[in-house]
Amino acid sequence: MTFDKEYYNIGLLDRLSYQNTFVHRLDPRIKLIATLLYLFTVISFSKYEVVELFPFFLYPVLLITLGEIPLLFIIKKVVLVSPFAIFVGIFNPFLDTGRVVLMQELTISAGWISFFSILVKFTLTVSTALLLVTTTSFPGVCHALRQLGVPSLFVSQLLFLYRYIFVLMEETMRIVRARDMRSYGRRGTGIRIFVRLVGILFLRTVERAERIYYAMLSRGFQGDMPTLKRFRITASDLGFAAFVIAFLFIFRFYPVSEELGRFVQGVF
Amino acid sequence: MHMADALLSPTVGATMWACSMAAIGYSSKQLKKNIDNKTIPLMGVLGAFIFAAMMINFTIPGTGSSGHMGGGMILAVILGPYAAFLVMASVLIVQALFFADGGLLALGCNIWNLGIYPCFLAYPLIYNPIAGDGTSNRRIAIASIVSVLIALQLGACSVVMETLLSRKSELPFGTFVLLMQPIHLAIGLVEGFVTSGIITYVKKARPEILQSSSAYRPLDASISVKNVLVAFVIMAVITGGALSWFASTHPDGLEWSIEKVTGKAELAGQEQGIAHALKGIQGKTAFLPDYNFKPSVQEESKEKKSPVWPAIDAGTSVAGIVGGGIVLGLVLLIGFGIRFFKRKTEP
Repeated sequence: MTFDKEYYNIGLLDRLSYQNTFVHRLDPRIKLIATLLYLFTVISFSKYEVVELFPFFLYPVLLITLGEIPLLFIIKKVVLVSPFAIFVGIFNPFLDTGRVVLMQELTISAGWISFFSILVKFTLTVSTALLLVTTTSFPGVCHALRQLGVPSLFVSQLLFLYRYIFVLMEETMRIVRARDMRSYGRRGTGIRIFVRLVGILFLRTVERAERIYYAMLSRGFQGDMPTLKRFRITASDLGFAAFVIAFLFIFRFYPVSEELGRFVQGVF
Repeated sequence: MHMADALLSPTVGATMWACSMAAIGYSSKQLKKNIDNKTIPLMGVLGAFIFAAMMINFTIPGTGSSGHMGGGMILAVILGPYAAFLVMASVLIVQALFFADGGLLALGCNIWNLGIYPCFLAYPLIYNPIAGDGTSNRRIAIASIVSVLIALQLGACSVVMETLLSRKSELPFGTFVLLMQPIHLAIGLVEGFVTSGIITYVKKARPEILQSSSAYRPLDASISVKNVLVAFVIMAVITGGALSWFASTHPDGLEWSIEKVTGKAELAGQEQGIAHALKGIQGKTAFLPDYNFKPSVQEESKEKKSPVWPAIDAGTSVAGIVGGGIVLGLVLLIGFGIRFFKRKTEP
């Protein structure tokens, strides 16, 4: 059943983010900014650059290995969301028919290059975004956002949202399971039943929100959710930041792949 | 319908981020003025509700395919536009991070497309006038279907515009619009129906929720329709102007984005200096400097919209392909190497 799987996946992401490795211990602010810089650099390549993007695989690979993230899990998620990018990109080879000589005999249309470039960028950006959240706990990301100047009201309700996704999804799972038990094949999965189920879920949610509010009020809630944890930038954070900046810088402005290829050709 | 990072140029991504962040800041400020603390947990939990509801699938009558619920309009009706916008933005952030729907850079676009349109355009300008005081079920039904439809159409149209401005896809405007709009017309009809169903259900079962929620609707009282429209026209002109200007003067966009991130232009100049130096090294170390292939015949049919075809980049050389292969190999090797050593050092 797809629902259980989705739920399991979010839970797995959450669990992975609480591991204790070098990457997980880094300051969430640094990781957030590093990820954004990385994404910016990757998409700043023009649409006909493919080989230049290859060195950028190093960053997600490092995060996966140092952070002990299961590789297959990330690959599966990337493949799962690829249809839109493929849908928009697949027309390039047919619309952009300029010929580009690849090797002496081999000529392909320029559109294939730009399509491939879209695919590579897609893989890099999606996997890096997923890796941010598998190597940083979501509350960590939220507190980083708050310290970077995002309004605290917004951050507070984001924290609430995340906390209650798990609670409400379990509730929904029970509802869906009950519906599926009682519906043979398609019966009962129609839009009217759906509206009613969601309506009930909604009412339960609102009532739950009220209970949550009173419970929090009695524990001193004043509209903000501060954290006890103090974030401190350590030497390893600075090291990581320096590494990322140098990495992005070198691979953005220096055609490493091409140079290496030339070097190898020179040797043989 | 979520915009993806890979289809974006940095310019478009950064502009939309700036717009969406400004909208989040503005909404938070507005909301802070006139809510009680009770709304904060309600907002968060309703965001989680939208998630959970999206996961329940249903069969669409007649087609047999399965549909899911979006939720911007329901939120706007229950919470009012400002709070609804913030919840929508949070839902999209979590989606981007956990489901990899869209991406982090495309988040600005997605918040704009799926948050701004339903909450600040469709809700005050379409839903409210049609639904009136919310006593007639038929008016609620018409209002929700029409407003959801229009919000989705605007969103789909924006996806097209953002993709085209980024110039990563070759799809011509007309074809792309014709592909996107009808699909979203169908989606919008179903979603509008679901939205109206849920609102009427809630109205029947717990009418006080809808009534009490109108207390958090500052937009109705304080902002006139005219002001909203004027603000939108101004924003559209500014973003359109800025986008086209940057798109034309910075086809690369990286310098500009660095400038944007650091707030000063010197870094860009400095980097160019280093890049220059690197170019020099490159010239000295190149083993087969004339091994590059030229792009064959610069065809006449090349796009008229963007005449600056990066001819040099397209000339992928054998050196590039060989080097790319080696780089990928190295990356994998590093990955496996680290894993191997980690296993070894661990007891």
